[in-house]
Amino acid sequence: MLKFILRRVLSMILVVLIVASATFFMMRLLPSGPFAREKKLPAEIIKNLEERYHLDDPLWKQYVDYIKNLLQGDLGPSFKYRNRTVNNIINDGFPVSAALGAVAVLLAVVIGIPLGIWAALRQNGWQDNLVMFVALLGVSVPNFIMAVLLMLIFALGLHVVPAAGWGTFKQIILPAITLAGYPIAFLARLVRSSMLEVLRQEYITTARAKGLSESLVIFRHALRNILIPVVTVLGPLIAAVFTGSFVVEKIFAIPGLGRYYVTSINDRDYTTILGVTIFYSALLVFMNFLVDLTYAWLDPRIRYVERKVS
Amino acid sequence: MRKALSLVLIAVLLVSFFGGLAVVPSAKAVAQEVTYNLATEPAAIDPAITTGIPEANIELQVFDGLTRIDSKNMPQPAIAKSWTISADRKTYLFTLRDAYWTNGTPVTAYDFEYAWKRALSPEIASEYAYQLYYVYGGEAFNKSIKVGSKYYVQAVDAQGNPLTKKEGDKDVAVPDLKKEIDPSKNIGVKALNAKTLKVYLQFPTAYFLNLTAFPTLMPVCKAVVSKNDKWAADVKTYVTNGPFKLIEWSHNEKMVFVKNPTYWDKDKVKLTKITYYMVEDESTALAMFQSGQLDASSNVPITELPKLVASGEAQIFPYLGTYYYLVNVTKKPFNDVRVRKALLLAINRAGITKSITQGGEVPALGYVPYGIADALPGSDFRTAVQEKFYVDNDIATAKTLLAQAGYPNGKGFPSFTILYNTSNRHKSIAEAIQQMWKKNLGITCTLKNEEWGVYMDDRQRLNYNVSRAGWIGDYMDPNTFLDMWVTGGGNNDTGWSNKAYDALIAKAKATADPKARMAALHAAEKILMTDMPILPVYYYTNPVLLSGSVKNFYQSTLGFVDWKNAYMG
Repeated sequence: MLKFILRRVLSMILVVLIVASATFFMMRLLPSGPFAREKKLPAEIIKNLEERYHLDDPLWKQYVDYIKNLLQGDLGPSFKYRNRTVNNIINDGFPVSAALGAVAVLLAVVIGIPLGIWAALRQNGWQDNLVMFVALLGVSVPNFIMAVLLMLIFALGLHVVPAAGWGTFKQIILPAITLAGYPIAFLARLVRSSMLEVLRQEYITTARAKGLSESLVIFRHALRNILIPVVTVLGPLIAAVFTGSFVVEKIFAIPGLGRYYVTSINDRDYTTILGVTIFYSALLVFMNFLVDLTYAWLDPRIRYVERKVS
Repeated sequence: MRKALSLVLIAVLLVSFFGGLAVVPSAKAVAQEVTYNLATEPAAIDPAITTGIPEANIELQVFDGLTRIDSKNMPQPAIAKSWTISADRKTYLFTLRDAYWTNGTPVTAYDFEYAWKRALSPEIASEYAYQLYYVYGGEAFNKSIKVGSKYYVQAVDAQGNPLTKKEGDKDVAVPDLKKEIDPSKNIGVKALNAKTLKVYLQFPTAYFLNLTAFPTLMPVCKAVVSKNDKWAADVKTYVTNGPFKLIEWSHNEKMVFVKNPTYWDKDKVKLTKITYYMVEDESTALAMFQSGQLDASSNVPITELPKLVASGEAQIFPYLGTYYYLVNVTKKPFNDVRVRKALLLAINRAGITKSITQGGEVPALGYVPYGIADALPGSDFRTAVQEKFYVDNDIATAKTLLAQAGYPNGKGFPSFTILYNTSNRHKSIAEAIQQMWKKNLGITCTLKNEEWGVYMDDRQRLNYNVSRAGWIGDYMDPNTFLDMWVTGGGNNDTGWSNKAYDALIAKAKATADPKARMAALHAAEKILMTDMPILPVYYYTNPVLLSGSVKNFYQSTLGFVDWKNAYMG
């Protein structure tokens, strides 16, 4: 087990380094740079700026310097926000996005999974059709439409929550629902189909034949087995939702991290592009790693030991 | 039946849940507190290095310069209580009043000298350092090369080209060690004593007292800033001298200012608290405004604007800016002035402002916008000599010109592309112009939108035929619109060059007499409007969402908001 973990950690570091390198060189292929302004800057001023940020060094040196700093956990200064570092930006934005994301994932789990089970148990009944219709809506309605609708109804219409902003519990509700919309629908559909499949398995028939109550059959025998596909999607989902959504953060004016995945590219804020990309990829590979570990716990047949082949 | 009952129960539960959270509208009895949407996180709040309007709208609340712009867009004494100007208009002697920093120490002439030299120093790499190039020696210092702790002029070769050498893989500028620039001697700003500041200018700059109210020229507290280069990163070390004081900065969320008790003119300041929010989405800002979370917002959904103006929720302020199309004069057939003029005249500007932009914009029949003072008091540059250079939507003349250029009814005119940076507004305008040229002149063009960086790159490399552009003035003088079109000018992305034009701009720069100076600028604009490397479309406006309870709101024609005299009523 320990050997497995060690090997995975090493490969995770390698993956992140590859992502960092690919991003570093690809973003430098973009036309224009961080100091392109509608009011063009005099050449000497650009020279001063490039000197300050070491952009006048040869590209290989910039790369080596960047990777060196990265290995020490230093993501460098932001080009756009003059008094801020990229570490600073992530430290400020991630807790906000993660808090919102946690609520959204929680909603997705406590609503999506029961809905899916319910639909599977009432297969082809009106409950099933209703859940699947709502899930179809949830998957296909874009989040910006959902956000605006929620804001119109609950903030401008009913005045039960503030329209936007951050800092109070009430301000979390609408963005969390918006953010949870897709995962709820997605989980419900996933749980429904896995449940249907599991219910056809022989051990379920056996359990029923033993005379176990239906609830015991579902919760003890079936549920555990549908958790594997759920956990598989939950890992990357958490990585994606916790790092924030540009659209949701923009519409609800939330000071999270999601905005930087878009704005840093428009601003050609090189260090921020790299920083947030690396942060997301690190989180993603870490979540996948956790998922793999959970498999072993969920399914005793999966064991991370090296098989001795004699 | 049981199912129906459970549904009702769920509904009751939901209603009581959300009902319990209902927002109680707080009684805003004339508390002198205002909430304003700045719309964006500032890039920084150090006045020496920022260039944007949102940043200026923070700095102008917390700093006070030698002068401050009043509600009539004229500079008034601020930290400087008086000044004298020499006859050649190059030497200014400012006398400072008793004023204090938020840390209790006095604001001195030394702070100004330090702040200006700091903004000019090459190592701080200020993007707006050129706002101080008017000061004698300022430009040379900003362009100098630092060796150790000394600054030198860049060496030149026999042809006068700047010298560089290879150091590893890197091109490094070579300093001329015989030509040292000593910032304590070679720059035209000097504190004679704590209360007297002497400024010597490179040129007799007519609008210098406007510039001294500009963020780049704000003083900074030497004792604090010289010891801590991160002083503007933290609210605690952000020592300032203006009407308000920053007490909280939550990145991407909000900034809170309170009235500054040490401000010299605090009796005039009525607001006790200002909260800036950073809501980027216009529709969200409107929702927050309409639900009482905001009293004012700098971003307004353009599609709603006519309705909002009618209902009194939005106000349109004038803005020193021109929306225009660039023409690449190095490419056929656009190298022919008759073609450019035909394109210019076949645009129906009034149609565009009336049915597309709808923000009270004024069709541009010249380049420099309205609202800049001419030489005589109370006069306007736009109306002083020649208000209009052509007639809007003059299709007959346009057709004649195009025929003279060899393309009767557009026959044989090559297909070309209109370039714009991705935005719905630019797209709608480009589509309208595409239609007008098709219908009026019989010529065909396609539209191409590009992401900002790519668009700027193509523009600067003249990799386009016709391109959308816009210019917002840096200061209240026609020069900010005209000096950009000189040969090789950094923002002259047209390839256009005219020696007589260059000479007039140079003359205006060196002339002290306001009348002669304005005459040169008028003559320059006339040349620009005769050669037409650009096609003006309209003059910008600057709409603001503004609650009726905000009184004395002031937004300058440069887009700068000043809350000093505002109050809630």
